[in-house]
Amino acid sequence: MSRDFAAAANDTASVGLSLFPLGISFGVLVVHTGLAWWWAPVFTAVIYAGSLEFLLLGLAAAVTPLGQIAVTALLVNLRHVFYALSFPLDQVRPLGRVYATFALTDEAYALTTGGRARSWSSARILWMQVLCQGYWVSGATVGALAGSLIPFTLRGLDFALTALFVVLTIDAWRARRDLPAPLLAVASFALAALLAPGQVLPIAMAVFTASLLTRYALRHRTAAPVPDGHGDRPVLTPATRAATPTPRAARVTPTAPTAPTAPTQER
Amino acid sequence: MSSPLYLAAAVAVSAVITWGLRALPFVVSTPLRRSAVLQYLAGQMPVGIMLILTLYTLRDVRLTALPAVAPTALALAAAIGLHLKTRNAVVSVLGATALHVALSTFWPS
Repeated sequence: MSRDFAAAANDTASVGLSLFPLGISFGVLVVHTGLAWWWAPVFTAVIYAGSLEFLLLGLAAAVTPLGQIAVTALLVNLRHVFYALSFPLDQVRPLGRVYATFALTDEAYALTTGGRARSWSSARILWMQVLCQGYWVSGATVGALAGSLIPFTLRGLDFALTALFVVLTIDAWRARRDLPAPLLAVASFALAALLAPGQVLPIAMAVFTASLLTRYALRHRTAAPVPDGHGDRPVLTPATRAATPTPRAARVTPTAPTAPTAPTQER
Repeated sequence: MSSPLYLAAAVAVSAVITWGLRALPFVVSTPLRRSAVLQYLAGQMPVGIMLILTLYTLRDVRLTALPAVAPTALALAAAIGLHLKTRNAVVSVLGATALHVALSTFWPS
């Protein structure tokens, strides 16, 4: 028990160093947005999805309809669906799985990926997740309390969210140096910004997903007729057609082998 | 300001959907999880989604007002530079944010 805790504390030390200060800046932003300080622990403890919490602050301040908040939450956190492909949930005891799935964040995924956690006990995995959430919630609470005590407003603090996404983009790029995906993302964003300025986020993400499915379908039609076709049902709407073949992407697309410099896949 | 009831509802909606997304794949059958198209999306989506989120946070930046854009542009360059150099998320995020706070406070605009 205590050995598992010590191991988990060790596992999470580096992640804690980033979660705690980020939590502080989230807490300060909560107060600057005009909410009472205790919304910081509520957001961080109940939702527990960092990037969505930052986004939600802005959305909630603008009294965005709940339906649009739901769509945003769905699309922003869609990536979590894929974490299940490698998270060692079957090593967690059945009752603990409720919490283990609730707290399956980017950090928890990163700490267990690549088979590193194959020998971890149930308690070690759960402690790891409890500690990660502890750093985040306590950082946010400290930040919100401090922010409500400081009499002036720190301008420009909201850039923390941009910087966080820049870092996550670079990390994701390093995992798989494949140019078409980011190009399609930029094209999808530009299209959404032009066509639906009020709903940029959900539209851009939907167009991007559709364009990836289109690319997948095209590649499989040209490369090899795979009989195992379940899930091969891309929706070809005019919008995705328009977003798909940027000339540059098209040139790189046909089953381009990943760049020779690419590191070996973690999964 | 938004009412506490609305905020509570927003938090609840976000929490339920997030948890659902994290738990759902474990309920779905293994063959579906192993499907080629899902594996493909798993590999391709993260970088694009993160990039879209980055652009989304910059959506209010207007390139026409050049001097006012400088703090954001410099902080953005700092975030990219720091992360390419250090690979340390804490250093990159906190460094770039500190620069942006300093520039936003003292930049004559």
